[in-house]
Amino acid sequence: MLRVALVGQPNSGKSTLFNAIVGYRAVASNFPGTTVEVLKGKALVGGKPAEVVDLPGIYSLHAGDPAERLARDYLLSGQVDVVVNVVDASLLGRSLELTLELAELGLPLVVCLNMMDEAHRKGIHVDSERLSEVLGAPVVESIAVRGVGLKELLAAIPQAKVPTPPRYAADVEGILTRLATVLASRETRLPPRYLAEVLLAGENLPEEVGDGELTEAVEIARREFVSRRGQDPALVLSAERHALALGIFEEVARVTHAAASLRDRVDSLLMHRIWGYPIMLAVLLTLFFGVFKLGGVLEGYLLPPLDAFTAAVEGAFPGPIGKVLGGALQGLWAGIGIVLPYLVPFLFFLAFLEDVGYLPRVGFLLDGLMHRIGLHGKSVIPFLLGYGCSVPAVLATRILEEERDRLVTAALAVMIPCAARTVVIFGIVGRYVGPWIAFSLYLLNILVVAAAGTLLRKLLPGIGPGLIMEIPPYRLPTLRTMLLKVWLRLRGFVTVAWPTLIVASAFFSLIEALGWTRFLNTLVLPITWPLGLPATVGVPLVFGILRKELSLIMLGQALGTMDFGAALSGRAMVVFTVFVIFYVPCIATVAALWRELGHRKTLLVVAGTVGVALVVGLIVRGFSCLFGTGTH
Amino acid sequence: MFLNSFADLETLPPGCKARVVRIEGGRGLVAKLSRLGIVPGAEVVLVSRAPVGGPVLVEVNGARVALGRGVARKVVVRPGA
Repeated sequence: MLRVALVGQPNSGKSTLFNAIVGYRAVASNFPGTTVEVLKGKALVGGKPAEVVDLPGIYSLHAGDPAERLARDYLLSGQVDVVVNVVDASLLGRSLELTLELAELGLPLVVCLNMMDEAHRKGIHVDSERLSEVLGAPVVESIAVRGVGLKELLAAIPQAKVPTPPRYAADVEGILTRLATVLASRETRLPPRYLAEVLLAGENLPEEVGDGELTEAVEIARREFVSRRGQDPALVLSAERHALALGIFEEVARVTHAAASLRDRVDSLLMHRIWGYPIMLAVLLTLFFGVFKLGGVLEGYLLPPLDAFTAAVEGAFPGPIGKVLGGALQGLWAGIGIVLPYLVPFLFFLAFLEDVGYLPRVGFLLDGLMHRIGLHGKSVIPFLLGYGCSVPAVLATRILEEERDRLVTAALAVMIPCAARTVVIFGIVGRYVGPWIAFSLYLLNILVVAAAGTLLRKLLPGIGPGLIMEIPPYRLPTLRTMLLKVWLRLRGFVTVAWPTLIVASAFFSLIEALGWTRFLNTLVLPITWPLGLPATVGVPLVFGILRKELSLIMLGQALGTMDFGAALSGRAMVVFTVFVIFYVPCIATVAALWRELGHRKTLLVVAGTVGVALVVGLIVRGFSCLFGTGTH
Repeated sequence: MFLNSFADLETLPPGCKARVVRIEGGRGLVAKLSRLGIVPGAEVVLVSRAPVGGPVLVEVNGARVALGRGVARKVVVRPGA
């Protein structure tokens, strides 16, 4: 089967294009580095089925970060038949550098000039026929978000051509060609010219081709570079590519005056050194209270009739069968009545902020503060993603260059309340203690994460590199892409978490009917007792490790009522929720950590979070005992 | 005279145009900046700067890039070019 790989710079609309081609699989966002995995899908290309692969967004093939290495190694693995280079046409000059790198791989290429509408707005007019002649490969124009140009792209893929490799300045070409000749006699699938560049730049290779003779040839070539240009070959080559790309850009594009940009004016306000902050706070508060209000209204309509139904069923079947049935029903209703009312609006607001492109702005505004607590700016993105789900947050740590930074960021990101924990916060504290207390739990969370970050910096010293992050332009999201994004994230809940909720809930009723809960609760006593929580909340905490929402549902089960306010003190509800926020991330997150960090570090993170949860829980309990009548 | 006319991206006032002269950093930093178009000879505009030691926002080739102060300090520019 034909295999087509999509390659492009971050935020070039690659994931949007991929989704449009294969039918929504990937989560595309308006910030760089969203795709950190190789995503695959099927599509009809020229009437025949083909596999389409979405590679992570990369600026360069000369691998710096893990995403770049992944993309490069995949392209060089011999599995790719056609490369589709997705280019943000509004950033053509810069993007052509990657195109030139791709042109050296000896793979058939199609260039997809995406975001043509944005290029026009910026006053950039591209002659794509001329570009196609210069590159020696087909060029297709598209506006992926609106589905424009997709048919043309699919039709162009079978016409893909191996492009003409770029020609650098004569002296550079001379050295490269000589080294490539030495390499051509080696047993390798990789194109010799590309190999020559990689070796000269002093990068490691995806496969072993070295020997004594070669090492010597490389050394001679490197010395020649330095003597001619007085610079490291890596710098010279990158400067050459830059100059070539600029030259091509000037040849194929005409730049007229850009339409006065409303977006620039919006940005100067939203990223303002003073006004940016109150606006950010207002946006986040709106998000919070919007979700809270909307969720509350929906829940008010949905929950009472469902609860009445459960009571009727339990009444109709007295004894253990009725209990287990009632448990299963409670799990089912909890999905409809408690989780969805909050989860859907939350995911929708988050999708909106993501697609508009506000999240990197928050990163920009908070970078300075991040530095003070031992983190650097790019970590903001995993953190912000963490408010949606910890799993993508952990995966997104791949955008960080240093292993130490990945560990620290992953360890902290799993403590950010994800959507599931948001449900717990809203469902318990928001509903029964008060929205402001719920909101202050988010602030408390930020403080704790900051403190833990400072502590980790002391334990794991190292100077992170400074922030280098592209700030994408604002984009008006389409309702369709936002709804699809909400669904992609909700699917995890509906297909995995909800059945788990139902089964676990029924299971809980069973062990309760059998009288086993006391045993489990005793096991968790070392945690519940110091926190001043009733022993019965032990089981909900255990179940919460499977899915964080479970601790909410199980709590209702354990207390025998969904009206938590009647069964628990305000203080207990707050302490319980605080513990749920911080302790062991759910199973899926632990699996993601395991994959990214290895088992040893994962266990450390898990143990650390339990410690943090206990300490913070105790502090909250202590404070509320000292000052609090406010919470009951 | 030449020395006096140089500045770095950290000290450049907002709204100021400048041309990159060199990058005083290791190969890794140079490579990362070059991918975003921040190379010697490139024209940059300092759009704004975040407070409390936050990053600076730079426009280059029509794209906007946030650079931490530590990074910005290493980009030597000639203002007004």
